Amino acid sequence: MKEYRELSRQVRKDILHMVHGAGAPHIGSSFSVVEILIALYFEILRVDPGNPFDPHRDRFILSKGHACPALYSVLAHRGFLDEKILEGFGRDGGTLEEHPAYDLTKGIELTTGSLGHGLSVGAGMALSSMYDNSPGRVFVLMSDGEVQSGFVWEAAMFAGHHGLAKLTAVIDYNKIQAMGRVEDINDLEPIKKKWESFGWSAREIDGHDYGEIIDALGHVPFETEKPSVIIAHTVKGKGVSFFEDKLLWHYKFPDKEELSRALKEILRQ
Amino acid sequence: MRLSFVSKLEELCRVDPDIYLLSADLGFRLFDDFRKKHPGRFLNTGVAEPNMIGLAAGLALSGKKVYCYSMVPFLTMRCFEQIRLDICCHDLDVKLIGGGGGLAYGLEGVTHHSIEDIAVMRSLPNMKVISPGDPLEAELCIEESFKYRGPMYVRLGRTGEPAVHGTVPDFQIGKAINVIDAGRDICIFATGNMLYKALQAARLLLKKKIGVTLFSMHTIKPVDHDLIVSCAGSFRSVFTVEEHSIVGGLGSAVSEVLAEESYGGIFRRIGIPDEFNRYVGKNEFLLDKYGLSAGKIAEKMEWVLREQPGLPGAYEKPAVYSGDKQDGKNNIS
Repeated sequence: MKEYRELSRQVRKDILHMVHGAGAPHIGSSFSVVEILIALYFEILRVDPGNPFDPHRDRFILSKGHACPALYSVLAHRGFLDEKILEGFGRDGGTLEEHPAYDLTKGIELTTGSLGHGLSVGAGMALSSMYDNSPGRVFVLMSDGEVQSGFVWEAAMFAGHHGLAKLTAVIDYNKIQAMGRVEDINDLEPIKKKWESFGWSAREIDGHDYGEIIDALGHVPFETEKPSVIIAHTVKGKGVSFFEDKLLWHYKFPDKEELSRALKEILRQ
Repeated sequence: MRLSFVSKLEELCRVDPDIYLLSADLGFRLFDDFRKKHPGRFLNTGVAEPNMIGLAAGLALSGKKVYCYSMVPFLTMRCFEQIRLDICCHDLDVKLIGGGGGLAYGLEGVTHHSIEDIAVMRSLPNMKVISPGDPLEAELCIEESFKYRGPMYVRLGRTGEPAVHGTVPDFQIGKAINVIDAGRDICIFATGNMLYKALQAARLLLKKKIGVTLFSMHTIKPVDHDLIVSCAGSFRSVFTVEEHSIVGGLGSAVSEVLAEESYGGIFRRIGIPDEFNRYVGKNEFLLDKYGLSAGKIAEKMEWVLREQPGLPGAYEKPAVYSGDKQDGKNNIS
């Protein structure tokens, strides 16, 4: 766990530099998923940067594509991306856009950024895996605001009906969406019951606690012949006190002074 | 046409274990034989078309060859963003098969009509757009779709369309088929259900000693650019005929080429005007209202030709158009 905490610091540092350098938005959304992504890529996913086309690999879809700075950094640490590529994030003529684009050589399984698409495509991948008797599993990370999309519930109903046990959804439940608090805009509660009523097996965890994340992800499917959903309670902007739980950091990028304050806080952790 | 599609696909399934057919709860009885012969390869995804497209993308990303079926408006317009992003942006091997293109479901009303689908599908990078002209073309099109790897939209009619081709034509994606070659006064590019109407119209014109050449322009994207350029050099007039809005369909695709070739002859689009259907009736009735019966197509062509200065014969507006003037609008584009 200690080494993952160090990795968390590294990834947050990468994100800070990427977002500051590019003047990009979504730092709060990226910080919110750092632990989930590290746990997935270093403990759970059976993927190999040397064999990214393996038909039996596990697949991960970052359906909340706007958190891609976190994904890019984790992919770099996991050996899918050269760390130098991160420097070209969000720049004219650069290397990486502010939403991920499909490129298996980089470990990116789907172009995302338009919210709501990942679960349906992931269900298709899980279906294929089931048809082929492949060991490949599919993990889809969604934002809480994203779950308001009807497209998500079409896929949820389908996956529940067909018992797609190879499919796991993780919801980054940081309680803030693009224009305010989820509970004020279009409340998801009772979120666990909603998923269960759609035929999913659900578990709630602290989305920043490595022990809880790895335990949950390591036990999917929670029930045989059911898809699993992990509702991860998180904090938007987690890791930097003045980012945490603030809508502003969905949009704002840190200036020089904020960058150095944020870096100091992260290094102290 | 739908029967041609499903029987050909059933055949292809026997040779390729990766073919899957998804339907969003449409095609009652249509798929009975297919389901019996390939039970594991048919999936009814329910009344959730966007999810059908997402599933198709996931299956195709895992190496499957996926055919998705629904009625045209629900398949193409409800799911536009899923098609754009999940299918076309990833350049996936997914074929969208739409039933009931144009005004085929006449009495079902505007919800079931589709006069905008070609326009929207044509705008998508990587997408091929095909509208077969008769049941035989539909069958050949499905065979070609199997060989081609990438996104494709196939617009079919309903059932019982008349045959145009007496013998098996050379069907290639992006290459029009010459149906009549009898003169250089009029060149007709027709697509989909309108091929048969255009054939009948051409016969009427030939009786009046007007020279006509007719092509089945089954592929609207990529349109047969070379053929259009060559016709621009040898015909006095070019007409497009389609059961689709005059905005964005075959007429637009052909006019784009002609404009860039600085074509100096006469060009007219014959199709459905830019409006939602306001009549009540079956397919044939609506087609006639919109000037898409064989007789009205021929009259329009003759009228347009005779209207041009320097051509023999006096212009007389055909009486058949008077019925459409009640509200001051002329439905003939």
